Amino acid sequence: MTGWAGPRTGSHAWMNAVNAWLLLLPAAVLLVAFTHYPVLATIRSSLFVARRNGTQVFAGLDNYRAMFDDAIFWKALGNNIWFAFGTVPTSIALALLMALWVNRNIRGRGFLRLAYFTPTVLPMIAVANIWLFFYTPDYGLLDQLRALAGSPGWNWLGDPRTVMVCLIVMVIWKEAGFFMIFYLAALQQIPPDLNEAAAVEGAGRLYILRRVTVPLLMPATLFIAINAVINSFKLVDHLVIMTKGGPNNASTLLLYYIYEVAFTFQDSAYAATLTVVLVVILSALALIKFGYFDRRIHYQ
Amino acid sequence: MNQRTTILEVATAWVLAFLWIAPLAYALWSSLHPAAFATSFSLSAPWTLENFARAWHQAPFGRYYLNTIMLVSLILAGQLVLSTLAAYAFVHFKFRGSGIAFALTLLQLMIMPDVLIVENYRLISKLGLLDTIPAIALPYMASAFAIFLLRQTFKSVPRELIEAARVEGAGALQILWRVYVPLARPTYVAFALVSVSYHWNNFLWPLIVTNSVESRPLTVGLAVFGAPETGVDWSVINAATVMTMAPLLIAFLIFQRQFVQSFMRAGIR
Repeated sequence: MTGWAGPRTGSHAWMNAVNAWLLLLPAAVLLVAFTHYPVLATIRSSLFVARRNGTQVFAGLDNYRAMFDDAIFWKALGNNIWFAFGTVPTSIALALLMALWVNRNIRGRGFLRLAYFTPTVLPMIAVANIWLFFYTPDYGLLDQLRALAGSPGWNWLGDPRTVMVCLIVMVIWKEAGFFMIFYLAALQQIPPDLNEAAAVEGAGRLYILRRVTVPLLMPATLFIAINAVINSFKLVDHLVIMTKGGPNNASTLLLYYIYEVAFTFQDSAYAATLTVVLVVILSALALIKFGYFDRRIHYQ
Repeated sequence: MNQRTTILEVATAWVLAFLWIAPLAYALWSSLHPAAFATSFSLSAPWTLENFARAWHQAPFGRYYLNTIMLVSLILAGQLVLSTLAAYAFVHFKFRGSGIAFALTLLQLMIMPDVLIVENYRLISKLGLLDTIPAIALPYMASAFAIFLLRQTFKSVPRELIEAARVEGAGALQILWRVYVPLARPTYVAFALVSVSYHWNNFLWPLIVTNSVESRPLTVGLAVFGAPETGVDWSVINAATVMTMAPLLIAFLIFQRQFVQSFMRAGIR
């Protein structure tokens, strides 16, 4: 019998392989050029330093040692963790609430779903522009509301104590609706008889939510959480126009710091070193995700 | 019975919904009113398109639109063609090394081009492409994500259809074009919506590789326009912001269901 992709013996198998590789070639060339090669080149660059005359000298782990002594690197990493902790649990909780509401026969369901989801389709840079105005001292919306209560103006983004919270609130607003749709998908897979059975048994709504719905949504929650954490390491667009990582690096994030080191300070060896750290973090998160979750959860 | 929702809950859901559209509504409102009303709300404020006219004249937004449309089309066309061919190779052909090749492809799902900015910039500059639209597009044109989605879809194509096409004398490319591609249409639509939304909104990489009006997409144009140093007033900036979001937002409002389903299907952006 012939294989379903044609005979698998002799010259046919060989032709098969040639055809397959020809089909793969265009994608493979670009993938290698812009993913595999850059990863290796980044690792290599991180082991060299540039001399003033432009030549590269092997430096071993010098760049990494410098990184461990770099307070801004630790600040950026710490901010990233704080940013993830600040945005992920809250937006997931809100997303669950939104999904539970929208999944019911609530009045104006279509409008609610639309309102919750809309921030997701906006460019981060536009969102940053809008929110920048809210946070503007004195003149901005937030300070005008405070003025009604007789409070003085506050430089929200200019104060290291408030800047992260301001950015976190904005990102929660941007992301919650996106996570909502995954909960909606998961909720639609819970058989309605389960709820009915529990209701017949006399269980209250909160009880059903706690003991039936939330546990059944656990895989979805983990899936959303890991995606959200991965995403939080890539979200830096807003920093470019809102704070530039300031004041005094209070709001900088790892990817933004890489961007600054590479293109403002022009130190590509050190930027490569920082990139290695980011790549390691993202790979670890992705391995958890692909190795564990994708086997258990199917959305399609 | 448990489907009943208390009035308090309905009220909370609505309050949250209004909070959620308020920032957008504010941007829209202030862009349609004179600058004096940007910070003071009044129902009697006169309506005007003046802010849009000023934004349009103060910066080449027409050109930025064109750039973004060219960019998004170029990326999507590249992604669709390359990923179709690659997914077909993985599904339809048995060849040595296909497992490893697929695993290497999936690597891009973990390490997206968005984080490899330093080395990708170096490569683009070596290729002499800096400050062009292809420079923005190239790192994204081979999408592991598209290959992955299409491979899943192609796998579900019934073998009988392929055998039937083969009996009729169809060659490998004809089978792809006449059997696989038409059946994968929903996947193509879902991926296209996600890709267009992502690249319409993408910012950091275009910011890095572009440096002129001729190549800058809308998002970068907006950032340059809205920079505090330029001293443009809020209403005009908001008009520019609205212009940047409008096409995608309108498309979303019209094809809401399609968008939500695509994002859901795509899982990760």
